[in-house]
Amino acid sequence: MIVTQFLVIAAALFSLGVYGLLVRRNAVMVLLAVELMLNAVNINLIAFEAVIRSSQAVGQVFSIFVITVAAAEVGIGLAIILMIFRNRQSANVDDFNLMKF
Amino acid sequence: MELFESGWGLTLIVFLPLVGALVNMAIPKTNETAVKQWSLFVAVVTFALSLLLVVNFDYGAGDRFQFEMNETWISAIGANFHLGVDGISLPLLVLSTFVMVLAIIYSWDHWEEPHNPRGFLSLMLILATGMNGTFLALDLVLFFIFFEVVLLPMYFMIGIWGDKSKRRIPGFSKEVETRLYASIKFFLFTLFGSAFMLLGFLALYFKSGDFGPRTFDIPELIELGTSGAFSGTFAFLVFGAMFLGFAVKVPMWPFHTWLPDAHTAAPTVGSVLLAAILLKLGSYAFIRISIPILPQEAENWAPAIAVLSVIGIIYGSLACLAQTDMKRLIAFSSVGHMGFVMLGISTLTDVGINAAIIGMVAHGLITGLLFFLAGSMSHRYHTREMSRLGGNQKLMPVMGAILAFTAFASLGLPGLAGFWGEFMSLLGAYNPLESLRAEYLGLFRTAMVLGAIGTVLTAGYMLWMLQKVNLGEPGEEWVGHEFHDADRYELTAWVPLMVLIVVIGFYPNVVFGATTDAVVSLVNTAFGEGAATTAAVTDVLGS
Amino acid sequence: MTHLVLAVEAGAPELVSGGFFAQWAGIMLVAPFVAFLLIVFLGKRLKYLGAEFAIGAMALNLVWASILFVQNMSHGIFREENFEIASIGMFDGRALVFELGWVVDGLSIMMYFVVAFVGLLVFIYAVGYMHGDVRVTWFFASLSLFAGSMLILVGSPNLIQLIIGWEGVGLASYLLIGHYWEQKENSSAAMKAFYTNKVADVGLILGAILLGLAIGDFSFAAINEAAANHAEPLEAVAFAGGLLLFFGAMGKSAQFPLHIWLPDAMAGPTPVSALMHAATMVTAGIYLMARTFPVYQDLVGGEAARQWMVPIGVITLFAMGLLALVADDIKKVLAYSTVSQLGYMMTAVAAGGYTAGLFHLFTHAFFKALLFLGAGSVIHAVHSNNMSDMGGLRKEMPRTFWTFVIGSLSLAGIIPLAGFFSKDEILATLDHEGYQAFMWVAIAGAFVTAFYMTRAVALTFFGSYKGHGHPHESPALMTVPLVALAVPSVIAGFLNIPGVEFGGFGNFTTWVGARVVAMGDHHPEAIDWTLAAYGLTAGGLGILIGWLLYGKDAETQLARDRFEIPVLYPLLRQKYYMDHLALGMVGFTKGPAARAVDWVNTYVLDGIVNGVGGGVRLMGRFVYGGLDQRGIDMFFNGVSAGADSAGLALRRLQTGRVQQYAMGFVVGALVLVLAIAVFN
Repeated sequence: MIVTQFLVIAAALFSLGVYGLLVRRNAVMVLLAVELMLNAVNINLIAFEAVIRSSQAVGQVFSIFVITVAAAEVGIGLAIILMIFRNRQSANVDDFNLMKF
Repeated sequence: MELFESGWGLTLIVFLPLVGALVNMAIPKTNETAVKQWSLFVAVVTFALSLLLVVNFDYGAGDRFQFEMNETWISAIGANFHLGVDGISLPLLVLSTFVMVLAIIYSWDHWEEPHNPRGFLSLMLILATGMNGTFLALDLVLFFIFFEVVLLPMYFMIGIWGDKSKRRIPGFSKEVETRLYASIKFFLFTLFGSAFMLLGFLALYFKSGDFGPRTFDIPELIELGTSGAFSGTFAFLVFGAMFLGFAVKVPMWPFHTWLPDAHTAAPTVGSVLLAAILLKLGSYAFIRISIPILPQEAENWAPAIAVLSVIGIIYGSLACLAQTDMKRLIAFSSVGHMGFVMLGISTLTDVGINAAIIGMVAHGLITGLLFFLAGSMSHRYHTREMSRLGGNQKLMPVMGAILAFTAFASLGLPGLAGFWGEFMSLLGAYNPLESLRAEYLGLFRTAMVLGAIGTVLTAGYMLWMLQKVNLGEPGEEWVGHEFHDADRYELTAWVPLMVLIVVIGFYPNVVFGATTDAVVSLVNTAFGEGAATTAAVTDVLGS
Repeated sequence: MTHLVLAVEAGAPELVSGGFFAQWAGIMLVAPFVAFLLIVFLGKRLKYLGAEFAIGAMALNLVWASILFVQNMSHGIFREENFEIASIGMFDGRALVFELGWVVDGLSIMMYFVVAFVGLLVFIYAVGYMHGDVRVTWFFASLSLFAGSMLILVGSPNLIQLIIGWEGVGLASYLLIGHYWEQKENSSAAMKAFYTNKVADVGLILGAILLGLAIGDFSFAAINEAAANHAEPLEAVAFAGGLLLFFGAMGKSAQFPLHIWLPDAMAGPTPVSALMHAATMVTAGIYLMARTFPVYQDLVGGEAARQWMVPIGVITLFAMGLLALVADDIKKVLAYSTVSQLGYMMTAVAAGGYTAGLFHLFTHAFFKALLFLGAGSVIHAVHSNNMSDMGGLRKEMPRTFWTFVIGSLSLAGIIPLAGFFSKDEILATLDHEGYQAFMWVAIAGAFVTAFYMTRAVALTFFGSYKGHGHPHESPALMTVPLVALAVPSVIAGFLNIPGVEFGGFGNFTTWVGARVVAMGDHHPEAIDWTLAAYGLTAGGLGILIGWLLYGKDAETQLARDRFEIPVLYPLLRQKYYMDHLALGMVGFTKGPAARAVDWVNTYVLDGIVNGVGGGVRLMGRFVYGGLDQRGIDMFFNGVSAGADSAGLALRRLQTGRVQQYAMGFVVGALVLVLAIAVFN
């Protein structure tokens, strides 16, 4: 089993995510970019598990954790964005500098 | 008496005010009379307990800790709940409970804005717990906690009820509200010192492990210390760390700058408690902790302490002469008076340390009374600027007379309490501890002369203040005003102080009767048998 | 602690412990304080506003002191009662003990008597003088406090109680001098008095520490005994301790240059001046020197200290006498006269004349109180202190006039009045102890004394009245004390005629000598008439010249007082060359010399005092403004301000934009990865 292809795909996916995180202005898209990065990590975890074959399936367990946390995160994140959108009629992250000094 | 023999008496003296404060919280805020009565009741009971203590105290064994309570408290670090009273702490404890009663009586009718007697009185009672606890604690952790507990109520007192005017502080870009500046300065300054103090305590704790189980217990540490367990650079640094903590509280020059601000900004009762008792915590700690646990280092540091004390005496008096604010003048006078106390301590003789204790008691009574007066006067005139005051004796004869009396007491008039502290600390400085004489006799005797000159300067600013405030014709702006002379609450609070000032002035044994044995044994254990007696007297006729 | 009576030297008197009155002499010390409290709390309700209590206490004291005085005549009394008030150090029986109590011996009995006698008369007088004045009740309370403090002082068996009384007197003088405190001059005068004394008190306190710690006991009995035994530790500190004590005495007894407070102290009501400058307060310094006399007499260091003390006494007696010549304020004339007479006493004691100094203190108390009260009576009548507003009062105020003249003659040392004998004894002491030069200065001082008193009498009572209104003789309340004081002013001198003893009762010398340690001063067998003649000539000359200048042609006296002195025809005609001498002397003494001294006093000494005061205040401002606020406090403020501005700068990074933070993460992570790559 060659792990390299998986790692390349994951790296590409992660880079896409980083790119999206940094340049997209729509908050929903930023959130999706974060999802991309998380899933890139998941791919890595699964790939390594396939190579190592640990007795307790650590890779799968971790990826399931990540998926769960990601789901929760998306839920809360979308709720926040929704509230901000209701208040400000905008989902542009450049408008969200409430936490400034 | 059973209550005291079992050790619960002291615990009660310490924690009764705290319980009182908690009960206060349960009384509805609007029911002010109940709050006041309850607080006064608690303070009076505490005072009565301390009087019972005075009656039951065994003066023949004033050098022992009596009515001890020693229970395991935090077994993991060997900290015990250890309380006890000896001849040194007894007068200070009584002073503390006594002044608390008077402060509550005084505040009966004098509330600063924002009006909240429940909050104010509760803070005072918490303060009482901290102060009484500090004087009774015989365990370093316990001592530290009580020492710090005192900070919070005072911080809130100054910060909430303090002076609301704004002023420019050098170094700050904007105008600062005086009470905020003063309270934060007070808190941080003291905390800064306390951090070092805690470091010193911890160092002692770990070092004591070399000689048996680690301990925070003061009597055990004294035993270790006098047997020479702590020495060298370690001891030097530990003394220095504790010195920082205590010196800030005293306050010694140059750590005094929080004091004028805190005193000036604090509400009247706050300044009274601050001057009368809080300042004593530092000098008491020197006598209780620094000297007996680290006697060698006390000798090394003594000349430096003497020098700082004398600078404090002269410097404080000179600074007083430049003041225009009456309350600030009184505040600075504390720097000078506490200088005498520390000069006494620095001689390491029984005479000097006795002088320090009576000096502390006298300063508590006299400066406390001065702050009461300053508060009542600014309450009536709505100003503390001495250039605007004048002719007070004419407008308010009784208050003027009391002010004059107190000012004379403060300048150390013989026959009043203030004299003994000053005179005896000079007496001590003439003949410091024998081991200090070889190298530092000249230094201590110079300190004596400078201290004596300091008494002249003290007389100078006190008389000057009297002339400005009390004498002469009242200013134009007061013509036609109705002034109420001292009312009955004020007199009830002040007359006992005046009586005590006279009594101690003519019969200092009131204090010395308790302290002498304890101090002599302290000096003898710390510096070797016979150190006390040879220090007191150069030579005796016929020897 | 009781001190055993030890005859330490041959010739120490045999003493008895006295009876009831000696045992309970403390009642005298306490009575004025009881009166003080009674006056403060009850005084306002009484007819004489509380004077009753003050007078009652003093009357009790006078009776008591008189009984002791008489008892002490037949048998020298020594008795001490002590009550411990503090004891430091309890081991080995070597405690340092502080005590209060009273001592009854020849010296203190004399002082009790003088204080009570003068005090009582002054109090009675004050009832008349202060009638209708402000704060009468408080005035009598303060007077009682004053007398009580003085009694505490003179009755003290040890240095500590002496210090308590000493500063108590200072406090009471502050209250009394500043009685009219509405005016700033008065409160300043009060401050000056207290403050000058406080400066001197540093000497007293340090001296007490030195002497007391040398032997571990502050009691006079122990110190004097040790001195008589030439105890080594005491000898070691005798010079410094002696001079320090003397410095303290210089303040209270107004010795040059610490006399400056005394003339200003005239701001108080006249009865205060009388009490303060005759019997109490100013005598305290002399008393202290007498009380510790063995330190100065028996110890080498003490003797060395005396060599510094005598010149100061002599300067005081002469230079201050000159100042009395130029004063217009009658009370100032008397004030400078007091300083000058204190100089005599101090000179005498310092030269070794224990009895001589005390005897002058004794007689001076009577005639100076008389003069002050007389001046007060005049002031009461004309409502002015200035002699230029007086004149010709001898007809309107005959009783005041005659008593004032008696006082003046006594002060001028005219035989056979009291002042003659006491001054003569001082001259004899100076002669015997080998201070001939100073003796001549003292004789010259006697001339000056007589001269200024004649001037005062002439300006006040002769010539024509220059003031306003019609002066009347004062009420009996005021004139009776005058008469009562005139009696001892005349006869007190007979108590100590050398060689004369009153049967088995001895004389003043033996009475004040009744102490534990014998006073080894010299007592002449008989009056040295040569010396007496010198003194009398000087005094007579002073009166004569004064009279010729001011009294003879009374109507133009004021003009001549301003130095437009025309040639004195009658005098010129009869004693030609004498006139020139006199004019020259008078011109010089009244002109350049007195002016110079006055100038030094006003500009140099007062200038130094004011300058020092101002300088200290400036220093205070510098210490506070420069050092404290801009130095130490600035440092601590700087630390917190630094933390503050650092926070201000750093918070700019907190933009609130999520993507900028994310950029930070990414860049950080890349840097880390790069670092790992490079360093691995």
